[in-house]
Amino acid sequence: MQANVNVRRFNPDEEAPKSYNQEYQVEVDENFTVLDTLIKVREEIDGSLALRCSCRASICGSCAVRVNGHAVLACKTHVSEHLSEDDSVSIEPAGNLPVIKDLVVDLNPFWDKIRAVEPYMQPSLPEPEAEYLAPNDVMLHLVDVMGCIMCGACVSDCTVLEVDKNFLGPAALAKAYRFVADTRDVEDDKRLRMYNAYGGMWDCTRCGECVTACPKGVAPMERIMALREKAMEAKIPTGSYDGAAYGYRHSQVFEDIISHSGRLDETKLVIKTLGLFNIPKMLGLVPVAMNAAFRRKMPPLLHPAVPGVGQIRRIAARISANKRKAAK
Amino acid sequence: MYSHDVLVLGAGLAGMRAALEAAKSGANVAMLSKVYPVRSHSNAAQGGINAALTDRGDDWTDHAYDTVKGSDFLGDQDAIEVMCREAGQELINLEHMGVIFNRDEEGHLGTRAFGGQRKARTFFVADITGQAILHVMFEQILKYNVRVYDEWYATNLIMDGNRCGGVVAMEMRTGEVHAIQAKATILATGGSGRVFEPSTNALICSGDGMSLAYRAGAPLMDMEMVQYHPTTLKGSGVLLTEGARGEGAFLINNKGERFMEKYAPNMMELASRDVVSRAETTEIEAGFGIDGCVLLDCRHLGAAKIMERLSYIHEVSMDLVGVDITKDPVPIRPGVHYQMGGIKTDIDGRCWDPSGGWKGVEGLFAAGETACVSVHGGNRLGANSLLDTVIFGRRSAIGAMEYANKNNHLDFSESDWVNSEKAKMQGFLDNDDSGDLVAKLRMDMAVAMDKGLGVYRTEDDMQEALTAVQGMRERYKKVVVQDKGKSFNTNLIFAMELGCMLDCAEAIAIGGIERKESRGAHSRTDYTTRDDENWMKHILLRKGAGDEVTKEYMPIVVTQWQPEERKY
Repeated sequence: MQANVNVRRFNPDEEAPKSYNQEYQVEVDENFTVLDTLIKVREEIDGSLALRCSCRASICGSCAVRVNGHAVLACKTHVSEHLSEDDSVSIEPAGNLPVIKDLVVDLNPFWDKIRAVEPYMQPSLPEPEAEYLAPNDVMLHLVDVMGCIMCGACVSDCTVLEVDKNFLGPAALAKAYRFVADTRDVEDDKRLRMYNAYGGMWDCTRCGECVTACPKGVAPMERIMALREKAMEAKIPTGSYDGAAYGYRHSQVFEDIISHSGRLDETKLVIKTLGLFNIPKMLGLVPVAMNAAFRRKMPPLLHPAVPGVGQIRRIAARISANKRKAAK
Repeated sequence: MYSHDVLVLGAGLAGMRAALEAAKSGANVAMLSKVYPVRSHSNAAQGGINAALTDRGDDWTDHAYDTVKGSDFLGDQDAIEVMCREAGQELINLEHMGVIFNRDEEGHLGTRAFGGQRKARTFFVADITGQAILHVMFEQILKYNVRVYDEWYATNLIMDGNRCGGVVAMEMRTGEVHAIQAKATILATGGSGRVFEPSTNALICSGDGMSLAYRAGAPLMDMEMVQYHPTTLKGSGVLLTEGARGEGAFLINNKGERFMEKYAPNMMELASRDVVSRAETTEIEAGFGIDGCVLLDCRHLGAAKIMERLSYIHEVSMDLVGVDITKDPVPIRPGVHYQMGGIKTDIDGRCWDPSGGWKGVEGLFAAGETACVSVHGGNRLGANSLLDTVIFGRRSAIGAMEYANKNNHLDFSESDWVNSEKAKMQGFLDNDDSGDLVAKLRMDMAVAMDKGLGVYRTEDDMQEALTAVQGMRERYKKVVVQDKGKSFNTNLIFAMELGCMLDCAEAIAIGGIERKESRGAHSRTDYTTRDDENWMKHILLRKGAGDEVTKEYMPIVVTQWQPEERKY
């Protein structure tokens, strides 16, 4: 069958480089992957098409691209499954990273984020003579995370990175989780504080795009949620420090307010989370409040309790009793 | 000019292990690679890494004997002893770095069985051992802040007489060409599997380092020893780990028989790779195959074990041929997998002999698949390749630092070397479009090599392949590079890689014709037996100033194991 392959191209060697679409007609068979298709273009039609690829077997992580708008690993994706009614498919470079040429993106921002999480094991020292002991089920759990091939598909489709380049992003945070979950690494407290900072684990909006995009089943968002759970268990932050996010306190205050009045008082939530005297932080939120007011999304100032709030309070009491029991 | 005491070419396991050792010692070291380190082909090693741990009741001499026998007595026994003796400590080093090896019930490192070995001494991470180690090694590279020239392509070694003083390389992003000065240069550039089609090897495995060293005057050794892996997927030739058979999977023919009974009654599916690949080929040629393949049957292992220990091959079988290995046998055949031969080195990675016994290139080191120490001889045991990379990666770094401490930088003109490389590249760009496309020429070479230097070989077939490859040199000069740009010109890089592959292809064919016996992976139907009287020796090939190749021989180092009949 013939596929009309629309490739988003960009040539930095041109005087005023601009991206454009180029269509190639390629004869493909049912088993052809997107990578087979692109290689055929490059080898038989147009040698100037730039893309990264190597292993052809979803292990080297070179060939993440966007197919019809979503990030995939080209060697793991059958082209026939993505053809439209007129046998077309669109192929673009991965998102959220600057394009160097055609389908080749600049991965330096990606590696910078990986570097930022101290991505190496920090075990207790001195090293034992033999191996560190570790339960097999912990190691098996980590195999799923170490399955990350650093292809960047999750970063490409992350909706937070689209608006906030400071976010560590799904790949780096999944990598971070690998150390927190590794029983041999003893720096959990330091790590959780580090990942608790602005741009860290609390900046994920749980949209789930990274879980869909990941070709290896690493499910980065779930790792980020697991990091949050660990931070909650460790009650981080226990005190305030520079650049800290307020994830733990936010959830505590959230719970308090709901169990008190049965509905969320967003103004109170902000004040109690940040602390009544945390003036600089609150001033920082003024533009957000003004934007909200401008769009008529300002929360009401008065929050009467909902009818039947007694029942909600009883549920809350039951939950905290169960928690205490579980803790024992 | 960029300048380092030690420069490592290649950032797979051998390269990163070398760079890490140098960085930990405080040396001025850098790595240069045509891909990001974690893209390297060490990723593709699936099954595990061998080590004899004494606290598990194993003994390194048993591992060494299995390796010697696996090599069909072509491996140098001094080098094999070094590798097997140091294996335990290096395995523990990897664990200390953070590799998440599978464990036993007490939390100690667990093992699985592997081919050609009488004991289960293969340590593993599911069936992604190479990836799991490679990524942890990269973590260490980040920890020690090693300078990496990512996506730079080395096009030549800077030479003065017999001494190497660095490399000329192109920064792929900009297309700029630079000289990098180094007191010692380590080649860790991997294998040459793309010389054949099909092949388990990644597209980057083009024998670059072998070719650079060969052109600079270093000898290539035992290049005819090309491993055919018994279980490569129908069609694409992607690898399915030996670990599947290690866990108990069967090989069956079209009658449903476990045919290995006929060829290796004791070890069955876990005989050495050369033995299993020959058995499969014999079955297929006798009409007991299915569409050019036999079957790998994992069904009886059960879905739970498959998903825990063989999940990656489950994934690729599903993706690439649509077979669910928990439910159906998957079609496989022997495929080119590994180059046992390579750049001749001593046990410290040196590509020359300081005592003058053999001639090579001073200041140059090699480790991993690109090197031939030789620990694999005529046939490499499964899970010995990862071991080879870390053992000799580390040792070559120690050798290189020692050399760098005693020697100064080579004095050379940066612009002369850069301009001469630029002129070569311009030569390709100036070719008109009347010649062959790069991919077409590579395919012609790779198909000719597959035909002439397969599992079974004859004089005539090998000669035909050699003549074809040599004939391609003229076509290569006119090869068409369609991309005329500077930035990320992969087309130009493929053209240069093809030149390296042609060097390797020719050396493989010449070595094959020269070795008039059957030993290890080199199995000839015109010389069917091993000839210890005449061929207990290595074949060294050396490239002259023109295209002529000269042959030399070196005796095999025998320490404690005399050649004996090889049965599994």
